[in-house]
This record gives sequence, structure tokens and C-alpha cells, in this order.
Amino acid sequence: MTSEIIIQAIVTGLMMGLIYALIAAGLSLIFGLMEIVNFAHGEHLMLSMFSSFWLWSLFGLDPLFSIPITILLLAFCGIITHYFLIRYILKAKMLIQICATFGLSIFIRSIAQLLWTPDFRNVDKPLLEGRIEIGSVFIGQPQLYASLVCLVAFFGLYWFVTKTETGLALQATAQDRHAAEILGIPSNKMFAIGWAIGLGCVGVAGGMMANYFFIFTDVGINFALFAFVAVALGGFGSIIGCLYAGIIIGLVESLGGLLIDPSFKLLYVFAIYLLVVIYKPQGLFGRY
Amino acid sequence: MDSKLEIAKSEPIWNTNNRVISIIAGLVILLFALPLFGMNSFYLHLFIMIFMHAVMAQSWNVIAGFSGQISLGHGAFFGIGAYATSFFYMEYGITPWISIFFGMFVSGIFAVLIGIPMLRLSGHYFAIATLLIGISFQVVFQRWDLVGAASGLWVTMTPEDSWSALQFHSSKAPYYYVFLMFFLITFFLVWLLSRSKLGYRLRAVRDDPQAALSLCINVSNYKIIAYVISAMIMAPMGSLFAQYILIIDPDRVFNIEISIIVLLITVLGGIGNVWGPIIGAAILVPISEYSRIYLGGTGGAVDLIFYGLILMIICIFRPNGLISFIPKDILERKKQR
Repeated sequence: MTSEIIIQAIVTGLMMGLIYALIAAGLSLIFGLMEIVNFAHGEHLMLSMFSSFWLWSLFGLDPLFSIPITILLLAFCGIITHYFLIRYILKAKMLIQICATFGLSIFIRSIAQLLWTPDFRNVDKPLLEGRIEIGSVFIGQPQLYASLVCLVAFFGLYWFVTKTETGLALQATAQDRHAAEILGIPSNKMFAIGWAIGLGCVGVAGGMMANYFFIFTDVGINFALFAFVAVALGGFGSIIGCLYAGIIIGLVESLGGLLIDPSFKLLYVFAIYLLVVIYKPQGLFGRY
Repeated sequence: MDSKLEIAKSEPIWNTNNRVISIIAGLVILLFALPLFGMNSFYLHLFIMIFMHAVMAQSWNVIAGFSGQISLGHGAFFGIGAYATSFFYMEYGITPWISIFFGMFVSGIFAVLIGIPMLRLSGHYFAIATLLIGISFQVVFQRWDLVGAASGLWVTMTPEDSWSALQFHSSKAPYYYVFLMFFLITFFLVWLLSRSKLGYRLRAVRDDPQAALSLCINVSNYKIIAYVISAMIMAPMGSLFAQYILIIDPDRVFNIEISIIVLLITVLGGIGNVWGPIIGAAILVPISEYSRIYLGGTGGAVDLIFYGLILMIICIFRPNGLISFIPKDILERKKQR
């Protein structure tokens, strides 16, 4: 076990962690806004990867260029989700809200399985290929660019939520939707915007991952689990907390896989979740 | 105030509505008599599956419906039960009748271990934790060589039907009666639970934790109790299922589909209602079995599409489930003046 292998694992974990952070940020934004956990988040990620794949295989569009289309598609998907499902369960009990988004996840996943079969697919010869060698550490180019794009998108999201007028309106709705409505901020529209942005984040992550990840119908489950953990770790509703939590999870996953046993990655992440929840129930930056 | 208390005390625990009692008694007798009419093995299988799923859903109903905590990984307890009986029978020759209780015990221990850290927090933490637990169990059992890793356990078959080994090869009727007995016992106990002080406290915890706390109800303790009861209802079904199919592997008994279907059955039938799971199971299990017949082995995805759709529609339009179509006073105790 040399130090190079450990550095390699840290770099890999960091790159994965940034992707988890962006996926979790979308989840966290939606939760912060209306206190609904989107249990179909992994399925939305799967949809974004498939959209990237089909744009490549049907129209020959490289995943790098199809990202804007993927983001728009996912944002539209978010608005549809809000309009046809979430709108009706806003006032329902938490139990019903969880069941409804869980039902959505089953629905999307099994429709995808019916339409596209559970085969594994991947994009052949994308523009981003090969690897960079720094010293003895290898960095895959697609992974590197994916994590950089996710980082940029993350700070873009953070800037949007904290600096722009719409972002501030979103925050106001998150804090007190009735008070915000009195001030002329339509909460229903804000919720739709929140879903569009939250799933747009997933669109970025999925589009970039389509460059190097296998694309299949169950791909979202693990990412969604890590995103749930990241959201709980960073604190429900905190966006900046997701960044730290995502990186922690990425590092734990790759270092645990290297040092102990790679087949139990999920358990290490789960152990972290347990520890945080026991000692700091509101998460690292949480307000709940 | 006192007079109301007196009335409440004098109320019998039994449903005094004679019509309901006679209907239930009639149905039970009918269920016992059904195999005597020479049903073929498909219908026996259908009924066995309905009983099994009704009990599994009832188990989920105890934690989700009574105490309001959503568990998304209830398949874990099903798997523990299945592995407990099969493993002890194959390794040590212990009869399933004893190892069923061992499976219940282990499930209960796990429920306590999971419940203590998780149930102190708000529901989302618990839901996510249980989702992780369900998958963790599958991952661990897929790689655990002692219990056959990914290929699972193939229970050694007895040459003939045997009650002590709980294996019947010539007919499904004995399985039918075993499942029926567990079904009746479970529903009777849960029905008692829902009428007992414990049941009312659990519902108080669900409806208003703050108010329950102010009445000296230890909220997190009662949630843990509900979780343990729920786990201990689930485990025997895993054990019986293992005895029924005699081959178990991690992908079958720890499948996330088990966690999904118990949730679906309960929400469809009526969450928080003792009779909801029966209605849900009686509707969904035949749909699933028939779609398997007519759509072939790959029909798995097709019935899941319907499950997802039904779940969303129920959540939007009938959050209280199908049982809310039945007038309430039929199910409740007859009102006393």
C-alpha cells in the first residue's frame, strides 16, 4: 500500500463526491422549499442519462453538447412532476408524501425497463476520452471534466439562490410560504421553479456522467441513496452543506473501498450516516 | 366527564355489532372449508400468497399506520426470517417450528438496534435509514459465504411430507392451513393491539408527538416498541415463505420489491386500519399473479408500472385507502348511548 494508491483513491473520491454534491443539492433545494423528499431522484438521474444516451445514439450528438437539451428536458420533467403529482400532496401527511414520490420512482423505473429493457449501454467514443497522468496518479478525463462541470454548476446554483431575485423569492417561500404569498410571491410558481432547478441539477450530473458511466435502468438507485445520505449529512435544506457532505461521502466510499473491502462501499457510507445522525441529528449545516 | 369514563370502561373489547361478528365468523369458516371443495393448486397458491402478503402488509401497517413511521426496508426482516429457518434446519436439523421464533427474536433485536438511533428523529431520517438497511442486508448476504453467498440456500428436501420439517410435496393444502393459521393469529393480535392502551398510545404518538409527550408518553420508546412488533410479525412470514419455496437467495428474500409491495398493499387498502391490508392484498396479489400468467415471466415490470401508478393515484385522491369507501360505523364498535 503506497502513498500513490491512497492519493489516487482520494482524487477519485473527490471527483465522485462533487457529482454526489450536485445531485444532493437538487434534492436539498426541493426539500428546503416544500419539505418533500423526492424519492424518485435516482430515477430522474437515470432519465437524464438516458436522454443523453438517446441524443447521442439517434442524432449523433455528443453528450458534451447535448447537456443544455438534457437540462431543459429534466427541468420540464420537474415542472410536470410538480403539476401532476406534487401539487396535490402539498398539504397531505408526510406518510402520503413519501408514498407518492416512492410510487413515482417505481413508475418511472419500470416504464424505463419496459421501453428500454434492463440492458447496460454506454456511449462509444465520446469527445472526452483518455486520461491525464500527474506523477503516478491517473485521472480519467471524462471524470475530471464531469466533476469540474458539477462544481461550476453547484456554485452557479448557490449564486442563483443567494443573489438573484428569483433565488431570494425561493428562499422566502422556503422560510414561510404564507408570508411570502402576502408579499406577492406566488408559492405555486416558486415550487414549480424549485422542481425545475432541482431536476436541472440532476440533468447536469447525468449528462456529464453519460460520458463514462454505464447507462441502465437501475443506475439511479445508488446515486439517489448517496444523495439522501448527503442531504441528511449536510442538513436537510442546506445547499452548501451538500457540497461538504458529497465530498465526505465520495472520500469515504473510495478510501473505504481501498482500505477495507470494495464490495461493502454502501455500508461505510451508511455507517457515516448513522454516526452523524446519532451525534449531530440536524446535520452539519441543518436548520431542522 | 366521569360518566364518559364509566361508559368507556364498561365498553367490551369485542365488537358488539353482531352482524359484523357473524360475517367475520362465516368468512373464517369458509376459509377453513375452501380446500375441501377440491381447489386446484393454483387457487391454493393464490390464497397462500394473499394470506402471506396480508400479514406482511399488516406488519408494515403497525409501524407506518399505527405509529406513523415509514420504513422503506421491511424486506430485511422478511429475509432474516427466511434465512433463520433454512440455515438452522440445514446446519443443525432444528425444526422450523422452533427457528421461526429464533428468526422473530433476531428481527426484534435488529429492530431495536436500528430503532434506537433513528426513531428519535423526524420521519425522513428513518425512511432513508431503512431504505439503506434494506439494501445493506442484501449486499451483506450476497457476500456471506456461511449462508451460501449469492447462490443462497437450497433447503434439503425430506423424502415425504413432514410436519416436523414443515415440508409438503404432495399437496399445497397443508401450507394453506399453516398460512391461514398465522394469518388469523396475526390479525387477531394486531386487532387486539389496535384496541389496547398500547394501540391508542401509538396513535397518539403518530397524530401529535408533542401532545403525547405532555401526557407522559415516551414518544421514542413507543416508536421502538411498534418497530419491534412490526419486525416480529414480518419474520415468521419469511420463515414460512422459505419453507414454501424451499430455495432462498438474497435477491429473492431481501428484494426491495418486498418492501415496495407491503407499502403498496397497505396504502391501497387503508393505512392505519387493521382491515386495510386484507383488502389491499386481496386486490393486488391476484393482479400480480394473473399478470405473471398472461404477460409471462417478464411481466414483472408491467405490474410494477401499475403498482407505481396506483400508489400515486391513491395518494392523490384517497389518502385513506379503499377502506374509506366503507361506512365507518360498520367497522367501529357499536355506539353506546
